[in-house]
Amino acid sequence: MTSSASAPRTRVKWIQPSEAGARGTDPGASGEGTRVSENWLITGASVTGGPGTDIHLRDGVIAEIGPGLDVPGATPLDASGLIALPGLVDLHTHLREPGREDAETVETGTRAAALGGYTAVHAMANTEPVADTAGVVEQVWRLGQQAGYVDVRPVGAVTVGLNGKQLAELGAMADSAARVRVFSDDGFCVADPLLMRRALEYVKAFDGVIAQHAQEPRLTEGAQLNEGEVASRLGLAGWPAAAEEAIIARDVLLAAHVDAALHICHVSTAGSVEIIRWAKSKGWRVTAEVTPHHLLLTDDLASDYDTRFKVNPPLRTTADIEALRNGLADGTIDCVATDHAPHPLEAKETEWAAAANGMTGLETALRVVHRAMVETGLLDWAGVADRMSVRPAVIGRVPGHGQPLVAGAPANLTLYDPAGETLVDPSAHASKSRNSPFAGRALPGGVVATFLRGTATVLDGKVTR
Amino acid sequence: MNRHLISAGDLSRDDAVLILDTAEELASVGGRAIRKLPTLRGLTVVNLFYEDSTRTRTSFEAAAKRLSADVINFSAKGSSVAKGESLKDTALTLEAMGADAVVIRHPASGAPRRLTDWVSGRVINAGDGTHEHPTQALLDAFTIRQRLGGGGALGAAAGHGDLRGQALDGIRVTIVGDVLHSRVARSNVLLLATLGAQVTVVAPPTLMPYAVDSWPCRAGYDLDAELRKSDVVMMLRVQQERMNAAFFPTVREYRRRYGLDVSRMALLPEHAIVMHPGPMNRGVEIAAEVADSDRSTIVAQVANGVTVRMAVLYLMLGGAAEEAA
Repeated sequence: MTSSASAPRTRVKWIQPSEAGARGTDPGASGEGTRVSENWLITGASVTGGPGTDIHLRDGVIAEIGPGLDVPGATPLDASGLIALPGLVDLHTHLREPGREDAETVETGTRAAALGGYTAVHAMANTEPVADTAGVVEQVWRLGQQAGYVDVRPVGAVTVGLNGKQLAELGAMADSAARVRVFSDDGFCVADPLLMRRALEYVKAFDGVIAQHAQEPRLTEGAQLNEGEVASRLGLAGWPAAAEEAIIARDVLLAAHVDAALHICHVSTAGSVEIIRWAKSKGWRVTAEVTPHHLLLTDDLASDYDTRFKVNPPLRTTADIEALRNGLADGTIDCVATDHAPHPLEAKETEWAAAANGMTGLETALRVVHRAMVETGLLDWAGVADRMSVRPAVIGRVPGHGQPLVAGAPANLTLYDPAGETLVDPSAHASKSRNSPFAGRALPGGVVATFLRGTATVLDGKVTR
Repeated sequence: MNRHLISAGDLSRDDAVLILDTAEELASVGGRAIRKLPTLRGLTVVNLFYEDSTRTRTSFEAAAKRLSADVINFSAKGSSVAKGESLKDTALTLEAMGADAVVIRHPASGAPRRLTDWVSGRVINAGDGTHEHPTQALLDAFTIRQRLGGGGALGAAAGHGDLRGQALDGIRVTIVGDVLHSRVARSNVLLLATLGAQVTVVAPPTLMPYAVDSWPCRAGYDLDAELRKSDVVMMLRVQQERMNAAFFPTVREYRRRYGLDVSRMALLPEHAIVMHPGPMNRGVEIAAEVADSDRSTIVAQVANGVTVRMAVLYLMLGGAAEEAA
């Protein structure tokens, strides 16, 4: 794989911190992990697209922010031309551990997340064993702590074994060390309307939210690709938009009826956007996410049965993309979530019907949003910060993330270089898996640095350790 | 011609007419005392069949053998993932065996297209899931041309004179039945439209493809209305698994509304022919009297299958044979 000549990655003059000057001896402000506090002076950064300014990170927080800071002893980082965003928060990540460490581990997945500019990710529950008990969610949470690249927020399963029959012990997961607040059977729809109603109600006791994978199972039996011209021509069983929209319509009514918080995963159709817009106009507690790939890719990419483009929900049409982008721009869709779904090679090197659903996304998400939303004028960088950090942190109830870059705030931030364009090369990704739908495609920009509570996890486009 | 034959849509009008013309010439071989041509001597054709299909497999086998190719029958039943070897590994095995062409039948749509990524030989789609079956469409087109001529002055030219170079301009073909799940229908719609025929598909709305308006054909629900203006009616098999999946209330009702019986056959113009790709459900989509009538081309279709597949192998592998010689 080649990359274009305009690789922007080396723009930062990053000076190796000296033992004495850069690293103090105080423990990290979070009390998590064992790393010592770092002391950074970021200069000339454009905070969410504003004029260049300096940011001093110390003791895990933003110590000071403003132009012309002079901080002797701090490690300088020239960020002129770079955009500073609050650290990104992903509501929808598959880290695969425990059980499918061949596809991803918490370590590799969170490294990929940091490289993508993330400081917190929500680890989906469809692991083996399923994250349906306090024990499993605590294990995932601890693995995240040990890896130390981002804060890992486990998502608890709604039902035991994702079987859609019996509620998992949601309260135990909420009370565990992992402090689970988002519950989802992602990959499967909570199809039973009564069970869905009960789940929505039950989690109100601990301010939880049910994240629904909206897919009416009977309407999608054997479904392979968006039901439309392309699937019809390819002889692939259709996956109707109505199968998603019907569940969303039902669930917003249920959420309204019991005054509970509902989050809709990976919205993929224009009709879904309309229903959510209507639900929000009523003042109901409904939020929604869209994936980067649904903002950029359409079902005709499946024309050669290239299984990299097989995903659930399926890629849709240009009309859907337009509606999703507009929905994200006007706030109907609250946030971008990656649905990062790593798979080993053999799961994709098959005929279409046998191939696994899913695409990697953590390392390309911000660049895709840049292309789909910023270059099109639909969002500015403040809007990107809102949709990729602020709102997902609110929906996920993630403390310390998604906060404006002001003095005293936790030093979770990412520096993004919007210049240039490079080809996506999955073999260079930190994720264990290579199933990026953007392979070989040119995307703008690149993440230069990521800081988690003042500690650099990524510098010069590379993980720091 | 393209390197592979995956979709009938891969064929240009010239390609398709060339295949039909070549088949016409090869047909004379079948009538000779020595029914073999040395054309593909030294080349290996693999029949890779993931579904039972004695009909199609033996047709390809006979075609390859009449051209003196070596034939390997590789039967690999069942899903490649559920048990045993992956399609890719099977492909690499065939590659190591030196397959010059792989004829593949697979239950998954697109499997032949995937195979082209892993083998260097030619790939011929012998039916993939609910996608396509291009050689069936070619043999159907061949049969139509044989029986009705190349279109234009219908009846006058029927079955007579030099057919070479002729397409199917203006011939009205009605395809009836489970169009949604039919690879035969997909390939026929594409190929017949390429050849200039006017194609109409008739099905209950539940078995009509979702985006049929994007296909190069008309679509309707009323069989009787279409029969009166059909030169060809092609009946599709109703698969057993559709019969209990709410696509239609009962087999009896399906037969009543979409089956071709004697009284309905009487609606056809006098010259019209009745086709069926087989295997038939006698008494469901087609009555026995219709299947066995003079209008029926069902037996001729089988015979033409060998000839047309010979033409496809000859045209796709002929160049390779010259290199080998």
